[in-house]
Amino acid sequence: MKFTLRIWRQGGPNERGGFVTYLADEVSPDMSFLEMLDALNQRLIAAGEEPVAFEHDCREGICGSCSLVIDGVPHGPDRGVTTCQLYMRRFADEKTITIEPWRAKAFPIIKDLVVDRRALDRIMQAGGYISVNTGGAVDGNTLLIGKDEAETAMDAASCIGCGACVAACKNASAMLFVAAKVSHLAMLPQGKPERTRRVMAMVQAMEREGFGSCGNQYECEAVCPKHVSVRFIAMLNREYLRSGILGTKIPARSDPPHGESY
Amino acid sequence: MIMLDPNVPAGPLEMKWDRRRFSGHLVSPANKRRIKIIVVGTGLAGASAASTLGQLGYQVECFCFHDSPRRAHSIAAQGGINAAKNYQDDGDSVARLFYDTIKGGDFRSREANVYRLAQISTQIIDQCVALGVPFAREYGGQLANRSFGGVQVSRTFYCRGQTGQQLLLGAYSALCWQIERGQVTMRPRTEMLDVIVVDGHARGIVVRDLVTGRLSAHTAHAVVLATGGYSNVYYLSTNASGCNVTATYRAWKQGAAFANPSFTQIHPTAIPPVGAHQAKLTLMSESLRNDGRLWVPVSPSDRRPPNEIPPSERDYFLERRYPRFGNLVPRDVASRAVKAICDEGYGVGPGGQGVYLDFSDVIWQQGIDVVRERYGNLFEMYERITGENAYEVPMRIYPAPHYTMGGLWVDYNLMSTIPGLFVVGEANFADHGANRLGASSLMQGLADGYFILPYTIGHYLATVDSPPITEDHSASRAALERVEARLKKLLQGKGRQRTASSFHRALGKILWDHCGMSRCAAGLRGALEAIPSLREEFWRDVVVPGSGEAFNQELEYAGRVADFLEFAELMCHDALHREESCGAHFREEYQTEEGEPRRDDERFAYVAAWEYREGETPVLHKEPLNFEFVQPTTRSYQ
Repeated sequence: MKFTLRIWRQGGPNERGGFVTYLADEVSPDMSFLEMLDALNQRLIAAGEEPVAFEHDCREGICGSCSLVIDGVPHGPDRGVTTCQLYMRRFADEKTITIEPWRAKAFPIIKDLVVDRRALDRIMQAGGYISVNTGGAVDGNTLLIGKDEAETAMDAASCIGCGACVAACKNASAMLFVAAKVSHLAMLPQGKPERTRRVMAMVQAMEREGFGSCGNQYECEAVCPKHVSVRFIAMLNREYLRSGILGTKIPARSDPPHGESY
Repeated sequence: MIMLDPNVPAGPLEMKWDRRRFSGHLVSPANKRRIKIIVVGTGLAGASAASTLGQLGYQVECFCFHDSPRRAHSIAAQGGINAAKNYQDDGDSVARLFYDTIKGGDFRSREANVYRLAQISTQIIDQCVALGVPFAREYGGQLANRSFGGVQVSRTFYCRGQTGQQLLLGAYSALCWQIERGQVTMRPRTEMLDVIVVDGHARGIVVRDLVTGRLSAHTAHAVVLATGGYSNVYYLSTNASGCNVTATYRAWKQGAAFANPSFTQIHPTAIPPVGAHQAKLTLMSESLRNDGRLWVPVSPSDRRPPNEIPPSERDYFLERRYPRFGNLVPRDVASRAVKAICDEGYGVGPGGQGVYLDFSDVIWQQGIDVVRERYGNLFEMYERITGENAYEVPMRIYPAPHYTMGGLWVDYNLMSTIPGLFVVGEANFADHGANRLGASSLMQGLADGYFILPYTIGHYLATVDSPPITEDHSASRAALERVEARLKKLLQGKGRQRTASSFHRALGKILWDHCGMSRCAAGLRGALEAIPSLREEFWRDVVVPGSGEAFNQELEYAGRVADFLEFAELMCHDALHREESCGAHFREEYQTEEGEPRRDDERFAYVAAWEYREGETPVLHKEPLNFEFVQPTTRSYQ
């Protein structure tokens, strides 16, 4: 197979980027999308040119590193997969494929197709945890959790933090990401003591980072590689409302998020 | 000169850890605030260690090369985590988990460490539940268990096929809390490239900021390495593309002994390789062997589609050779059996590299829905990669490098031979001997990080006198210069044409052929000749475009390949000297007539810890393994 690739190249965060066209030939249908890019990069490196920078690690769809917008769709045309799990047999031969980075104000471009997603970590740091010290935990069977509840919590917890939901949303909203964590922890008895505080803190952090609001169009769910459902956004809204009614106040924070730097 | 003192407390096995905890000195809360600890790596071991140390009140600076601490390869562990809870009342106990692990490791691990691991296993589950890890539950609300390769009890806890991910997200969330509290300073996209040793003690690290390319020295009172394993030395493995040996290898060059480097686990159930473009091998969880049956056609010339081959013309070779454990034999045994049957010409699929893993019996007995619930995501993944539907045709699998039991030598306190340098998780050699049992790596990573290191490092810090040092200390400057020189060497040379990846691939082939699933003296000697010449070519011909003062993924990668090219030699030395077959280390010269491994307890019941000598062959030191509580037996699964 062979393809024409239009790839976004950008030297650095403050440089101007643009599309560069490459030809990918001798592509096997059994290649993954990233293996096709590997082959292109091998050619560029051997010619002394800078390879296309893109993020990848586990290459089995679980680490959340890979992050390409392929023909306008985060993670490409297949449902429920990450870019690394997309195979070339999915594409018609001799097609032109456009490859871009995640585009969102909260995700500045580092180079080419690599973006800075630390904003998601900072939202997690604002409250995406249960404050429990190591040691002294009670026996795991002390609090019973029904199978259905546990399964729903697991559905929410399966978010891999890739950021495709943000990239797909025209408001660049991180609602699905936040909803997944808030729902996961609010559903489990261990997460209940902090649920009112957690939802407020995480939503505030999301707004502080420059993510937009939910427009109820469900693009996020459509591209989520782990099928995280927009039902969790409804749950997030409910948690948020509940927290507001209870009058939960989180001290506003204007200082830059500490404890992290490049 | 390296001294190996395992530092195991005296007394009965069950009392050793209690005694160590009681006799260890404590650091007062006021002093903890003044003590800084560096943690490198944010997988299960690193994230759990960093968060717990932060919670105890130390100042922690934590580094990872990923864009976020949530991405480390622990996240890919599918199957589960073992714990001796005995919730199923099927005969499990701490003693049994201890015995299974030490036997599974073919009696090449330290009794005291393994017993402690089994003791702590139950606490890990409780801790993870408290952190909100959504383990699978029964309808009644209790935690669910399944059985897993190499054991006869159900002691494995799991979160669908994503146990590693959920456990890591638990540890990551604990880390997030400590970052928010200001106890942990997190530095993502930062790669450790050297250790700073002052007066024989580890006092810091040199790192490269992967975004700006800037090098910097960071000093502390102690350094913890949680930098994972080195299966990627084989080029193709189930590891993530970023996994590497650089941190532990460079610590070795500064004086940390490297133990059992040739003990590398080849996992039996990965999707077979199909072509030269392949960048990694994808693991299919070992849990599939609970219900799937491995077979090949009785006749090697049988080219019929698998569903047309009647049961009488199928060889269920694991069930035939190991009737007691059948398809559930440990990983090393299963991998060797698969390789052997393929080498004899019975393999199926492209290149004859593969055997069938068949679910038709369980689908017939229990229904397709049961299979879908248990393994749905794995079947989906298989179909995406191969284009085949495993509900209808059997899967094809072949072994792949997966985990490294070898690692930096540590004593009972998880401290390396450099005082102040602690090593946790897969990066150390400690608990799995010559072979690791399924669902034990998650257990070990979290035991080290949550429960062991936070105690033992306190004792070190309370008893050592660390004079303050600054980032411009002469040892820091020397380390910075070493790193700078190496990076410069990688970047020089225009007009060259060979990529780092092509060298990596060549190295991988040498190791897979001669230091992989089966090894022999002649092959290893050949590899020891081939590797230095490949390395020489690498430094002469490798091309790395771009500059060192910017985001440069190829430079990161070439640096890791350069270290693999040196480290591979150490693996071969270790494999060559160990003239016995044990666990994952199978020497062709040392086998029974039936092809089973022959262990030699008289000559080789020790940990091989290698010392670095510049420009010389590494020097071997031995830590004898004394079995006081179990009797090493022939490890039979027949």
